[in-house]
Amino acid sequence: MVVMKMKFPFQKRVKLAQGLWILSWCATVAGATTFTLGCILKTELRRRAEVMDNQDIHIVPNTLMIVGLASLGINYFASKICQDALDAGRFPRWKNFLKPYFAVSCFFTVLMLLAVIMSYAMKGSLESSLKAGLRNGIRFYKDTDTPGRCFQKQNIDRLQMEFQCCGNNDFRDWFEVQWISNRYLDFSSKEVKDRIKSNVDGRYLVDGVPFSCCNPSSPRPCMQYQLTNNSAHYNYDYQTEELNIYLRGCREALVNYYMGLMNTIGAGVLSIFLLQGSVLVSLRLLQTAMEAVAGKENTEIETEGYLLEKGVKETIMEYLDPVLKFLLLKNQVEEGSAAATTTPT
Amino acid sequence: MAVGKVTFSKVEREKLAEVLWLLNWISVVTGTILFGLGLFLRVEIHKWQEVMSEQGILYVPHMLITTGLAACCINFFGGKICLDCADTNKFLRWKLVMMPYIICTFFFTSCVLAGALMCYGIRSQMEESLFMGLRNAMRYYKDTDTPGRCNLKRTVDLLQIQFQCCGNTGYRDWFHIQWISSRYLDMSSSAVVDRMRSNVEGKYLMDGVPFSCCSTFSPWPCIQQHLSTSSTQDKQSQQLNLWRRGCRQALLDHYTGIMQSIGLTVLLIWLFELLVLTGVRYLQTAMENVLRLGDPESESDGWILENSLAETARSNFNIIKNLGKCYQVDDDPNINVPTAAAEEELPS
Repeated sequence: MVVMKMKFPFQKRVKLAQGLWILSWCATVAGATTFTLGCILKTELRRRAEVMDNQDIHIVPNTLMIVGLASLGINYFASKICQDALDAGRFPRWKNFLKPYFAVSCFFTVLMLLAVIMSYAMKGSLESSLKAGLRNGIRFYKDTDTPGRCFQKQNIDRLQMEFQCCGNNDFRDWFEVQWISNRYLDFSSKEVKDRIKSNVDGRYLVDGVPFSCCNPSSPRPCMQYQLTNNSAHYNYDYQTEELNIYLRGCREALVNYYMGLMNTIGAGVLSIFLLQGSVLVSLRLLQTAMEAVAGKENTEIETEGYLLEKGVKETIMEYLDPVLKFLLLKNQVEEGSAAATTTPT
Repeated sequence: MAVGKVTFSKVEREKLAEVLWLLNWISVVTGTILFGLGLFLRVEIHKWQEVMSEQGILYVPHMLITTGLAACCINFFGGKICLDCADTNKFLRWKLVMMPYIICTFFFTSCVLAGALMCYGIRSQMEESLFMGLRNAMRYYKDTDTPGRCNLKRTVDLLQIQFQCCGNTGYRDWFHIQWISSRYLDMSSSAVVDRMRSNVEGKYLMDGVPFSCCSTFSPWPCIQQHLSTSSTQDKQSQQLNLWRRGCRQALLDHYTGIMQSIGLTVLLIWLFELLVLTGVRYLQTAMENVLRLGDPESESDGWILENSLAETARSNFNIIKNLGKCYQVDDDPNINVPTAAAEEELPS
C-alpha cells in the first residue's frame, strides 16, 4: 500500500527540483535561527541560575541547539542532492547515501517537535526548581559574609527590582525568615532582646520586607517595616494598600517570564519544523520520481513519485529490523553459548 | 596664481568622475548614519527630559537630524552630477548648477562641523540644566497628587535605581527638602508637630532618604532613616549603604559619554565630506577649463581657487560692494566726452 503516490511529468520534476533548492536554503537559514533561539534561551536561563535549584530545564535549549546544527547539515545535503537530481549521470552516486540520510533527518525533525512539546511540559519542573531556589535565596539573604552565599542578597534584590516582585509566593515569605543578620543587630537594645526571646528558634523575625520590594509607582514614600500594624503608619490599612510594595511573588513572575519566552520560541520552532518537514517530503518525492527514470533512454518521460513504498508500519519495521537483528543476534549467541554450556552437564 | 593647481588628462578626469560617483553614494550612507545618530540622541534625551530644566539641549540632535537628511539629498544629487561630468557634452547640462551646488555643499559641510563641535561644547549647559532640573524634581517628589507632577516621584525613584545615584550632589540633598507629603503625616502626633515647628518654613525635614537611594551592593539591610545620628553602626561602614554618587554627576557622565562618541563619528564624517567636496571642486574647474580650451581630448588644469585666497576675497568683496551701485550717475560713459562736431565748430 503506497503512501502518497503522485504523477510527475518532466516539467513538474524540474520545477520540484528548483523549488526544493530554494526551500532547502531557506531551511538552512531557519536551522541557524533555531540554533540562535536555543542559545538565547540558554543565556536567559543561565542569568537566573542562582535562584534555580536544578538545571533540568536546560534540556530544552540544549535540544534546540543540537537540532539547529543538525538541520544545517541536513539542508546542505538536501540542496546538493536536488542539484544533482536532474542530472542522470550524477544522481546514482547518492543512491546508498539516501536511506540513512532520511532516517537521520526524520529523527532530528521529530526531535524538533519534541523540543517544543517539552517546553510546555516542563513548566511544572521549572516551577518546583524556582520554588526551591527562591526559598534558599531568601533564607541565605542575610549571609553576606558566608563564602558561596555572599552574593545572594545582591541577586535577590536585583531580581525583585527587575521583575517587580517580592518573596517566593508573596511578600509574607519575608516574615518567616530572619533576613537581618545578627552582625547588624544591637543586642544591648531591649526591643531586640524581646523579639528574639518571643521566638521559639531564637530568630529575629520582623513583619517587614527589604527595600527592593518597594514599588516606585506608589504615591507614598515606601513603608517597609511594621507592615501588618495599621497604627504604625498614618492613614494606612495593610489589607487595602496595593501600591506600597510589590504584591506579586517572584516565583510567579519568573515562571510567567520564562513560559512567555518559551511560547514565542516554540511558535517559531514549530513553523521551522513545518518548513523542514516540507523539505524532506519534497526531497523524497523527487528521489522516487528520479529513480523511476534511471536506466531509461528517454529521460523526459512521466514518472510516479511516492513517499513510502509500503505502509507506515512496514517501513518502520524495515528500518528497525537491522537494529533488532543486531540485538537479537547477540541474544541468540548468548542463548547458544548458554545451551552449549548447560547441555554437556 | 591658482591655489592647489593639478593637471588632469582626459583619462584622469573620467576616473575622477567615477571615483566621485562612488564616494557620493558612500556619503549618502554616512548621511543616513548621521540621521540615525541624531535620532538616537533625541530618544536618549527624551527618556530623562523630566529632570532637565531647559529644552535647549535638543538643538544638538535636531541639528544632526537635519544635516543628515541634507547630506542624503545633496550627495544623491551629487552622485548624478558626477556621473555626467565624465563626458563634456553632458557636463554642459550641469554647468550653471555646479557653482551653487558646490556652495551648498560647502555650507552644509560646515554645518556638520558645527554639529560635531556642539556635541563637545554642550557639557556646561547640560550640567546647569541638570542641576536646576534635579533640584525641581526633588522638590516636587512629594506632589504625587498635583497634575503635571504626579509622575515625578516614580521618575526620580527609577533614575536613582537605574543610575545608582542619590540626590543632586549627594544623599544629603534629601535632608534639605520635605519629601514626605503632608497627606501621610499624622498632624495630631506631637513628634510631627514639633519637627515642623522647629523649621522656619514649617517643613517636615528629616535626616532620611527614599528607598531608591539604597545600594544593592551593600552587605546589610538598608538604613534609610536617622542617617546622621546612627550610633549603633560604624560611620565608616555606613558609606556602603547608600549610593554615593550624585545623580547630576551620573547623568552628566552618561550623556557626555554618548555625545563624545557621537561627536567623534560626526568629525570623521565631516572629514569624508570635505574630501568629497574637494574632489567635486577639482572636477568642476577641470571640466570648465576643458570647455574653455575647446579640445575635449586635451589636458586641463583643476584648482580649488583661481587666484590666491586674498585676491578672491577682495574680488568677491568688490562684487558685493558694487551690487548697490547700478544707479550712480558718475559712471555714465556718455558725459563729458568731446564729439567731432563740437571740435569742428571751434575754429570757425
